[in-house]
Amino acid sequence: MSEHLVRARQLTVRFAQGKSFIHAVNGVDFDLHEREVLCILGESGSGKSVTLRALMRLNPPSKTIMSGELEVGGHDVVAASEPQMSALRGAFVSMIFQDPMTSLDPVFTIGAQITETILRHERIERSEARKRALNLLDLVQIPAARRRLDSYPHELSGGLRQRAMIAIALSCRPKLLLADEPTTALDASVQIQILFLLREIQQEMGMGMIFVTHDLGVAGEIADRIAVMYAGRFIEEGPVEDLMQAPLHPYARGLLGATVHEGSRGSRLVTIPGAPPDLRHLPDACAFAPRCGEMEGICLEGLPALRSPAPGRAARCVHVTDRASVTPAVDAADAPTRRVSNGAR
Amino acid sequence: MFLYTIRRVLYAIPIALAVSLVCFMLVHIAPGDPIDAILPPDASAETVAMVRKDYGLDKPLPVQFGLWLAHVVQGDFGLSLANRRPVLNEMKVAAGRTFLLASSAALLGFVIGSVLGGLAGAFRGSFIDRMAVGFAVAGISVPHYWLGMVFVIIFSVVLGWLPAIGAGPGDWAWNWLHIRHLILPAVTLSVIPAGLVTRTVRGVVVEILSQDFITTLRGKGLRHLMLALHVIKNAAPTSIAVMGLQLGYLMGGSILVETVFAWPGTGMLLNQAIFQRDIPVLQGTTLVLAMIFVTLNLTVDLIQTALDPRIRRA
Amino acid sequence: MKSVATLTATIADVRPAQEPQRAGYWREVGRRLLRDRLTMVCLSILLLMALAMICAPLLSPYDPLQGSMIRRLKPVGTPGHWLGTDELGRDMFARLIYGGRLSWFVGITPVAIAFVIGSGLGITAGFFGGWVNMMIMRITDVFYAFPSVLLAVAISGALGPGIDNAIIAMTMVFIPMMIRVSESVTAGTRNLDYVEAARSTGAGALTVVRVHILPNVLGPIFVYATTLVSVSMILASGLSFIGLGVKPPQPEWGLMLNTLRTAIYTQPLLATLPGVSIFITSICFNLASDGLRTAMDVRA
Repeated sequence: MSEHLVRARQLTVRFAQGKSFIHAVNGVDFDLHEREVLCILGESGSGKSVTLRALMRLNPPSKTIMSGELEVGGHDVVAASEPQMSALRGAFVSMIFQDPMTSLDPVFTIGAQITETILRHERIERSEARKRALNLLDLVQIPAARRRLDSYPHELSGGLRQRAMIAIALSCRPKLLLADEPTTALDASVQIQILFLLREIQQEMGMGMIFVTHDLGVAGEIADRIAVMYAGRFIEEGPVEDLMQAPLHPYARGLLGATVHEGSRGSRLVTIPGAPPDLRHLPDACAFAPRCGEMEGICLEGLPALRSPAPGRAARCVHVTDRASVTPAVDAADAPTRRVSNGAR
Repeated sequence: MFLYTIRRVLYAIPIALAVSLVCFMLVHIAPGDPIDAILPPDASAETVAMVRKDYGLDKPLPVQFGLWLAHVVQGDFGLSLANRRPVLNEMKVAAGRTFLLASSAALLGFVIGSVLGGLAGAFRGSFIDRMAVGFAVAGISVPHYWLGMVFVIIFSVVLGWLPAIGAGPGDWAWNWLHIRHLILPAVTLSVIPAGLVTRTVRGVVVEILSQDFITTLRGKGLRHLMLALHVIKNAAPTSIAVMGLQLGYLMGGSILVETVFAWPGTGMLLNQAIFQRDIPVLQGTTLVLAMIFVTLNLTVDLIQTALDPRIRRA
Repeated sequence: MKSVATLTATIADVRPAQEPQRAGYWREVGRRLLRDRLTMVCLSILLLMALAMICAPLLSPYDPLQGSMIRRLKPVGTPGHWLGTDELGRDMFARLIYGGRLSWFVGITPVAIAFVIGSGLGITAGFFGGWVNMMIMRITDVFYAFPSVLLAVAISGALGPGIDNAIIAMTMVFIPMMIRVSESVTAGTRNLDYVEAARSTGAGALTVVRVHILPNVLGPIFVYATTLVSVSMILASGLSFIGLGVKPPQPEWGLMLNTLRTAIYTQPLLATLPGVSIFITSICFNLASDGLRTAMDVRA
């Protein structure tokens, strides 16, 4: 289906660890359209980074077992050969990573790391590639770009390093940009700049983007759609405003309730009791049930299917279509708005 | 970088002085009168008196050290007890031959070790990894002088392919006549450095491959060759440093292998000096070899620092 | 796959215990060791060798110092001398097991002495820091400026042949190594939480050292010392090989290799036997110390 950038059906990723398996991703379905920004929201261990890396098959090859259907740009990622994947990476789809200090090779200059990507995928002259690198540094708003081309990663500040990484990712004009918590390792003020930059570039270059984060504020700022992930499954999806105003799934409601924001001064901090499940032994039932305040017997009997109370919205909860009205998480006035708050989750 | 160089060189000077002090003391820890250690028993009374004055043998030790140092700096290491020739002359030719042997062995060890270690690190847990690590353990556990004997037995006595002794007739030349003498000693000497380098490079490669930026590089779609280049450039400073150190150890520690193969280098010189109780030769050779080692360490340190861009620009 | 322990085992590999050790820790180490087959095999071999050397009179009727020229250089497998005879007609097997006593003695003693002296100095330097540290470490640096073989040969050569001189020379070579490692490990503990906690409760320096530092530092230092044993044996035999160390007619593996050198043309297999003993001992010590280190590494 060529109008989708990404098409995933029952995507499953397991890691072999000794004699057991870690079930990191358990049956994920989604589509991504061109120019659409999807944000995968979840806590550590929810499987969001693994899902992202699965799109480029970047998980450790010797330990990873992938199954299901996954098409990126029309290419079958599950069955593709390594040379085919290698041709896709950096060209059709690129990724930017969380910590730019450790994610850049310390013994090569920024310019060299950009040009080598270009030269890998396109047949142009080295000097031409270098010119493009310079333009890219301008695009990501790195000052004194010409000098920075020959700088080493450790010579740049955190924010500049992340911009350099974005430049590398954009060097071959990808149609799909994947971002794995790109602002988490940065100072708050720099986070905002990078987010704005990404949004600008995404719109200018018409890319699809999948953004992984644990930060609700970041999600609110940049996403068109949000998918909330828990124990390797998408447990709720929807357009960003609708979902954040009125989340359906108890876990999503808990996440939004647990967010520290302007309206929460004076009220008790709501937390979700318990801890995420052991990914080595996942029951065939709702994974959130043990921690859920609304759990019923039926929740433990089988995995709830995705129920869609409205077009474009879905949640994996037995309570969802039953409800006549959608229960808001908190008072609507206090709900996190599109401004980036210090959503510390 | 410049400041670092200056500091490092300045630091090496007191080390060099202390090293010479230790060498100086060698004469004095030898049992008996130091004069017997320096002069043969049939030396004339005048010679004895002159040497006593020259080296201040009846003065306190610090003065003696100073006098001895003054001689050494001018290139006067004394005369060999065995053949009355200046120690320095004996040493120059021998040192050249040892350098030839040591550098061949270091190079060989480095190449073998880097390849094995690199492959082992890249294919961790595989058959080749286990072989490489096994080879490394064996390499550093083997008594190299015994290994030399085994090689001689196999390749000289039984197969008759290569000579067992010496460095070839006359002066060294780069022809098969001489190179065939170099093969066995160099291979024997290279086993320990090969083992050490294998281990070091393997560790470095494993560590590099576990870094985050490797995922970034894969994410750019780089081919295996380019990835290898990144790994090599990251691994280079440590590997080169290890090779440099090995060269130093080999220069200083070649005596056992040179004995087995009768290779006419500083090792043989030391051997004969020990056998003949020729203390001036022992002292002079030790001093020169130690100085070479100190200089080599300094050079390796500076090169390693220069190669790491994180420090170079500081 | 295990890492390989060597003479130049990087100091970074030797770390103090990250958490205070309890009695259960050593039991756990013991258990892990027992499960490590390779290490157990090596330890068994070493144990067998040690037993053979101790019970030498029971295992061989021959006197290692007595030989007869008519029976010289008999090959391996000769009836009555299952490992043959050496160049003076002495039984090889007897020479090997009696020789092992000296080889092991000259190999292990310097390491043991260096362990005591070196760790004492190194722990002191690491604990007190400041000018005490500087003094001790600078002197150590001087000895480190020599390649170890050269230093051993030079000192031993100046002192003259003999077991005592060889042991002195080798101890001088190993002490700086022990100091460096001990200092590094101890300095690493100064910043660890449990040490800071002890100091903040006003414990005296000696108490802190005895109760908190020593138990956690001696382990890694000891493991490093075990990696030196194989090097020491090779070096000790090496010294005898070039005429220093053990004097003839005493049996010692390195010396035997030397005296049998001319026999490589007539009895090659025989001539290599002493070296095989050194090799087996060395590799077993290496692998065993390697296994010990792995067993002690809490992370692994």
